[in-house]
Amino acid sequence: MTESPPKPMKEPMIRLEGVTKRYPGQDRPAVDSIDLDIPEGEIVIFVGPSGCGKTTLMKMINRLIEPTAGRIFIQGEDVTGVNPDQLRRRIGYVIQQIGLFPHMTIAENIATVPKMLGWDKARIEKRVDELLELVGLDAPAFRSRYPKQLSGGQRQRVGVARALAVDPPVMLMDEPFGAIDPITRERLQNEFLRLQAEIRKTIVFVTHDIDEAIKMGDRIAILREGAKIAQYDTPKHILSAPADAFVADFVGAGASLKRLNLTRVSELELSYWPTLPLGTDRAEVLSLLRSSDKGSLLILDGQNRPFRWVTAHDIDRDDVPLEEAGLGPGAVVGPEATLQGALNLMLDSSHGAVVVVDGQGSYLGAVDFATVAQAIQSMRREARDQLRAAAVELSDTGGMATP
Amino acid sequence: MSGSAPGSTVGQEPETVVVPAAGEPDVEAPASARRRRPWAGYAVMPVLLGLACLLLLLWLRSKELDSIEQRLVNADRIRNGVIDHVKLTVVSTFFVILVAVPLGILLTRTFARWVTPVVVGLANIGQMVPSIGVLVILALTWTIGFRPAVVALVAYAVLPVLRNTMVGLQQVDRSVIEAGRGMGMTKRRVLTRIELPLAVPVILAGVRTALVINVGAATLATFVNAGGLGDIISGGLSTSRNTVIVTGAVLTAVLALFVDWVGGIVEDLLRPKGL
Repeated sequence: MTESPPKPMKEPMIRLEGVTKRYPGQDRPAVDSIDLDIPEGEIVIFVGPSGCGKTTLMKMINRLIEPTAGRIFIQGEDVTGVNPDQLRRRIGYVIQQIGLFPHMTIAENIATVPKMLGWDKARIEKRVDELLELVGLDAPAFRSRYPKQLSGGQRQRVGVARALAVDPPVMLMDEPFGAIDPITRERLQNEFLRLQAEIRKTIVFVTHDIDEAIKMGDRIAILREGAKIAQYDTPKHILSAPADAFVADFVGAGASLKRLNLTRVSELELSYWPTLPLGTDRAEVLSLLRSSDKGSLLILDGQNRPFRWVTAHDIDRDDVPLEEAGLGPGAVVGPEATLQGALNLMLDSSHGAVVVVDGQGSYLGAVDFATVAQAIQSMRREARDQLRAAAVELSDTGGMATP
Repeated sequence: MSGSAPGSTVGQEPETVVVPAAGEPDVEAPASARRRRPWAGYAVMPVLLGLACLLLLLWLRSKELDSIEQRLVNADRIRNGVIDHVKLTVVSTFFVILVAVPLGILLTRTFARWVTPVVVGLANIGQMVPSIGVLVILALTWTIGFRPAVVALVAYAVLPVLRNTMVGLQQVDRSVIEAGRGMGMTKRRVLTRIELPLAVPVILAGVRTALVINVGAATLATFVNAGGLGDIISGGLSTSRNTVIVTGAVLTAVLALFVDWVGGIVEDLLRPKGL
């Protein structure tokens, strides 16, 4: 995750070498000599403005578009010369319009590639049911339906199931969630990420939506006109340290906010916040409050769980018992929450902080504005350092190549 | 229809030529626009046609037929006329399908795009030249009887089937084809498993049109001595017997509507499920 692309990776699943596409009658190539390594088990996103050649580049991997020059390796095998139909049967393919065959049932659609590979009937049937369950569709109910009878989201799931039919190691996805309403898209994206955590395919994913790229990608290749790679890196690095003005512009405003979405609370050093167990007497509470700069403190119950927020003002009032003074604990987050989620809660809370608890609900610490600001600073620094290190390494290896 | 190159060329042909005689104005409408009819719907047409035949029979019975009329209109002549007529129609439509469907497939393949306008132009000429002219030329230069009649009918009815085959194939959603190719289906497999099944409704609509056209045109076969209901009509014309003319004309019309009705049922039965 953290290594930078110039470092040679172990065996990449897909390797592009000088891949070029030139259309006759156009003076500039649509894709110009791309070198790219796509590591096994990762989602690599090709993202860029329309017409940048990202789809062309992707379609050259399964040779729906024949490259004019260059070579493509999958699992170390040069596939530039193999039979394209045979090649495509071992690469899953999902497109935006899904392209389910309207005159075939869902089961027949999913069975397309297994049938071509000559699987026997029982094996196909079993696989179809397995896949339908995998993408969250009830097999007995959906098997014999026709695509027309399904909603857009259900069709997209069938499209993914169909692409996974023979368990290909590589999947190509061309804006797979592009034509779906935002709410369903969000759900499908999350589902797909869960699915990917299970199946660990090597996925090339094309989109024009940078937010989708950041959300879905293990790595992002940002392409500019002529399918030149402007930056190829993890979403975090692209957000913290865009390689140039084009990338910065493409990532757009709010990169830091987007970056917060990629950071988990568990990755931060939590702020200290004054706490006291329930049942402490008023005088002690007051003295701790006065000695702290926070203005409020957190009372924990017997199990160390956040119980109430109290301020000096709450304590001063004699008419309420201490157990009922102040406010309830409000929103708490777990360590797996994103920083963006935490920040959102923080803005809503009255104390400028959000409480972090572990799985049992026990208090771990708090996140406040200072924590967030610090986190952003350190991300930037880290990314800059890595870019610099990569640059140094590049010039080093360059020097070594010509001794 | 994601417009591909020949789509535009074909679009320039006169629209009227494909409009089937029996009122199926939207050949290009998506097949799903027409639903399967309820079974009771199928019964209406034969009942009406039976009624028409009955009325014709009653009308003939109510008339004193002279000897010429009796010679021209009798059970034997009508039976032979209908049988010959159906033969002409079915055989010529069979050859129309045999010629037009493969040709339509060929012309929609990428490699044949450049000949498409030429072939469609030829088919247009076949439709535009009057059948009677073709018959006369064939009779003078070749022979008379069943065969030249069939050739003339085929030339006349190729266009609707050819055009509908091409339109039917071109209207198949490009993304469906791309998905098939992207999964490793060969071009031939995409054609036989995806394009043709999805084009079937439109192709069949063209065949139905050709059938109806041929029932009408087959009345001319009498001029090359190929029989059919045209015998009765022309017999009536040459002897100035209106009863005979009306009988021949009504029978031809009933046959055309009946053939169209059968065609409709076949279309409904062969339409792929799920569309």
